[in-house]
Amino acid sequence: MSGFRLADGGRIDRRTKRNFTFDGKARWGYAGDSLASALLAQGQMLFGRSFKYHRPRGILGAGVEEPNALVTVDRGPGRVTPNLRAPSVALHDGLKATSQNRFPTLKTDLIAVNNVLSAFFPAGFYNKTFMWPRAAWEKVYEPIIRRLAGLGDSPTTRDPDHYDATYAHCETLVVGAGPAGIAAALEAAANGGRVILIDEQEEIGGGALSDPAQWAWLAEASAKLAAMDNVTVLPRTTAIGHYHQNFVVAAERLTDHLSLAEAEGAREKLWRIRAGEVVLAMGAIERPLVFEGNDVPGVMLASAAKTFALRYGVAVGRKLVVMAVHDSGWRDALALHKAGVNIAAIVDLRRDVASELTEAARNARIACYQGYAVTSVSGGQAVKGVTIALAGIGKGQQLDCDAVLMAGGWTPTVHLWSHAKGTLRWEERWGAYVPDKTHENLRCVGACAGDWDFGKGLSGGLLPAPKPLHESKAFVDFQNDVKARDIGLAVQEGFRSIEHIKRYTTNGMATDQGKTSNLNGLQIASGVLHRPVTEIGLTTFRPPYTPQSFGAILGHHKEALFQPLRKTVIDDWAAAQGAVYENVAQWRRARYFPQGSEDMDAAVARECRTVRSAVGVFDASTLGKIEVVGPDAAEFLNRMYTNPWKSLEPGRCRYGLLLGEHGFIIDDGVSARLAPDRFHLTTTTGGAARVLNLMEDYLQTEWSDLDVWLTSTTEQWAVIAVQGPKARRVIEPLVEGIDLSPEAFPHMSVREGMICGVDTRLFRVSFTGELGFEVNVPAQHGRMVWEAIWAEGQKHGAAAYGTETMHVLRAEKGFIIVGQDTDGTVTPDDAGLGWAVGKKKPDFVGKRSLSRPDIVAPGRKQLVGLLTDDPQAVLEEGAQIVADPNQPVPMTMIGHVTSSYHSATLGRSIAMALVAGGRDRMGETLHIPMPDKTISAKVVAPMFYDAEGSRLNG
Amino acid sequence: MLLIHCPYCEEARPEVEFVYGGEAHIARPLDPSTYSDEQWEEFLYIRSNPRGRHHERWRHTHGCGRFFNAVRDTVTDVFETTYKAGEARK
Repeated sequence: MSGFRLADGGRIDRRTKRNFTFDGKARWGYAGDSLASALLAQGQMLFGRSFKYHRPRGILGAGVEEPNALVTVDRGPGRVTPNLRAPSVALHDGLKATSQNRFPTLKTDLIAVNNVLSAFFPAGFYNKTFMWPRAAWEKVYEPIIRRLAGLGDSPTTRDPDHYDATYAHCETLVVGAGPAGIAAALEAAANGGRVILIDEQEEIGGGALSDPAQWAWLAEASAKLAAMDNVTVLPRTTAIGHYHQNFVVAAERLTDHLSLAEAEGAREKLWRIRAGEVVLAMGAIERPLVFEGNDVPGVMLASAAKTFALRYGVAVGRKLVVMAVHDSGWRDALALHKAGVNIAAIVDLRRDVASELTEAARNARIACYQGYAVTSVSGGQAVKGVTIALAGIGKGQQLDCDAVLMAGGWTPTVHLWSHAKGTLRWEERWGAYVPDKTHENLRCVGACAGDWDFGKGLSGGLLPAPKPLHESKAFVDFQNDVKARDIGLAVQEGFRSIEHIKRYTTNGMATDQGKTSNLNGLQIASGVLHRPVTEIGLTTFRPPYTPQSFGAILGHHKEALFQPLRKTVIDDWAAAQGAVYENVAQWRRARYFPQGSEDMDAAVARECRTVRSAVGVFDASTLGKIEVVGPDAAEFLNRMYTNPWKSLEPGRCRYGLLLGEHGFIIDDGVSARLAPDRFHLTTTTGGAARVLNLMEDYLQTEWSDLDVWLTSTTEQWAVIAVQGPKARRVIEPLVEGIDLSPEAFPHMSVREGMICGVDTRLFRVSFTGELGFEVNVPAQHGRMVWEAIWAEGQKHGAAAYGTETMHVLRAEKGFIIVGQDTDGTVTPDDAGLGWAVGKKKPDFVGKRSLSRPDIVAPGRKQLVGLLTDDPQAVLEEGAQIVADPNQPVPMTMIGHVTSSYHSATLGRSIAMALVAGGRDRMGETLHIPMPDKTISAKVVAPMFYDAEGSRLNG
Repeated sequence: MLLIHCPYCEEARPEVEFVYGGEAHIARPLDPSTYSDEQWEEFLYIRSNPRGRHHERWRHTHGCGRFFNAVRDTVTDVFETTYKAGEARK
């Protein structure tokens, strides 16, 4: 119990109390407090347990850099947010916060035994220790590591909040509303352009919030900004990343600072801002010092203590010792003294410190130890005192204190600058990297540019100590529990680049991304390697700047709005019939139409039998459709597809096979020639856009000599497939102007006429093996024509069928589905479609590849049929196939099952498979090992029904 | 998100309107049958993958639909220029 509320001062509202709980205990603070300041004011020093050793940890910083005091805030079911930094959590009534990483409680943590054993947990420990026995990994090591690993618990229930998103454009975007940022915003706004000023804190002001002397200026500047129409000020907004061409993404927290009762609307709003100029005014973060015991609760950054005192009116202790290597520590100590905080001593490793600082300290009766270093800290869960020694190695001297302030110099916040690929330059004066060059219209101002009067200091964070490095418990990365000696060990084990040292030690890899540890880690590595910092490199900063909720990133793109759902004009009818849907690409398609208590198998069996025995109606509107028009249309298709097209007469259809230049099948479909210069192409449902893109590519960039126009007509036509022996009788009464007789309208032909009084392109085609028609009508008439066909069909016992039945029926005929029976490595010959390749054509897309050595080599996987020995066993699609089921594991796999169904028509299962040298294995028995048994199947031709094709005639 | 200048629309538009089309200026041979296996492999699969200036194709798919060429620095992602398909390499 050390911290306390100062009698006056701070920007808090002492008339407004806020009640909250921490680890279930009732606490209170004032309006304007952060969770950290309110708890510190009540004497709380212990805030969390460290990640690896479960060491007790207190507050280190007063901002987003805080690595230790991570809390979970519970706002009700689904609204539990872990890993929030206590200094950045605004206090509100009813706030429920809990500490993390402790088991079972913060004060008594059983896993802290890791700390006692820490000598056995060095850098790379996981990689070294859990190597053997191999079997122990899955059962012993991994479960334990998983139990211990991670920061906080991820939420397990649905997030009921919603998240907003917006785009914004401005001439000038200023990130960071400290004095430099505000000045930049005012200057830009005076020029009349649109200005957006964003800041991550509860109110704008940045460092000025901790400096009462600037409050009058701040109030005036804030009022001025608020009064300008061309300025948008966004507090509680974090710029999480800078992307190309000044595209900055920022997340605004709208309700987290409010009690649940006050919170209305979206929780966060994601801003996507495109700015003419971006001004980064993100300030700088103070660096801790690295010495034995620097992680005992009560050891914190000097700047943090200053912020707690001057912004929140909280003294972090009753007797403070400052450990500085930098003038800013003296300045902060003097500011704290002025605010009524008792500074017992200032220890500085430097012998020479500016006389105005030492004189001011002596006038304030602060003991000064120049040339000294803190060598250890006493106290377990709170600081009790420090030992200091001349140059870190002299005779130890005890100082009583209950808090230690570290002033290790400053690190400019260059994260967004680095996101923008701005280069950095080592600045010896700062002992840090500062912005150098950028190709964006981007500049840094204030402390993050290194342009700030922060005084002088040493740049190394590691204090000299009596103990050798490998014995010390001096922490570099507090959140990931990385000690200076871990970095030493990594170097000793041969790591040289900071990128490798970082990954081996995990320095800078926690949720704070090394905001307080990167530079110290770098300098320690540089020291151990005896090489300048600039040769060790710098790790890369990546978005987000601070941890960001997935909710805001997702925004409205969830549930029904996750992606567009495409529906056909017949979709509503199917819904009314109780269709079960499946998604195919972005389309929602009826999968089957269950009647009564039918399950899928029963419904599909009935639908299949109905099509084979009477007639079925199927919504094929999702088929991709492209209208190919122009004098060179036939020549174009001749070059694109494997088949010959020039000889196709108007009124006839052809199955087209499309390859990539690599020779593999990428799409197929039946297409019709309507006129010498006009084709109606169809593609697979999922391939329409891809095929059109490919065709446009050739037309625009390779064959500009061709006069052809391509138009996507997928959504212009509704397509109703009528399939089955009674198909002709169903459409006959509805069709006008088309002779439907088999002689006048043979299989694979197309006619234009009328159906139900509207224009139709009527195809006689079949993907079922039955007599079939595909009725194309303008989409706006699709529902009407469907209902007319349905009504007529009822006279003939018609059933509506879905995609599942379509799949079974086509598999019975051995028709492939591109993407299911092919996988991007299947040639026409592999698929048994060699007949569709125009052998006499001089060229087409992919032709040259069909004679490449690997394509013509024997033993390629070929499409075959499989009939299981047990006719009721339905193979699993994707299952691997072996020739010898008794061979030892790992077995030689010779192929896999691509399609597999129970065929009601045949009363048994059928399957298709890609098998190495498949067509030479006809009659062979192959084996499909499954977890519980091995299934045997005979290789047959992929044609299970009506091989002679007589049923096409009805 | 990149802003890409479409040389047909003569306007800079956001990246979401475009689709990347791979390296530019790799012409399909007029008669692929005259190509050896090695030449054909080169055409199909071998790309320059430079660090720095890269000639590449983009299609303004959700705009005018045209393919065009661009010179982009693969380190900075800065577009040096974009130009119409068929124009000489820049």
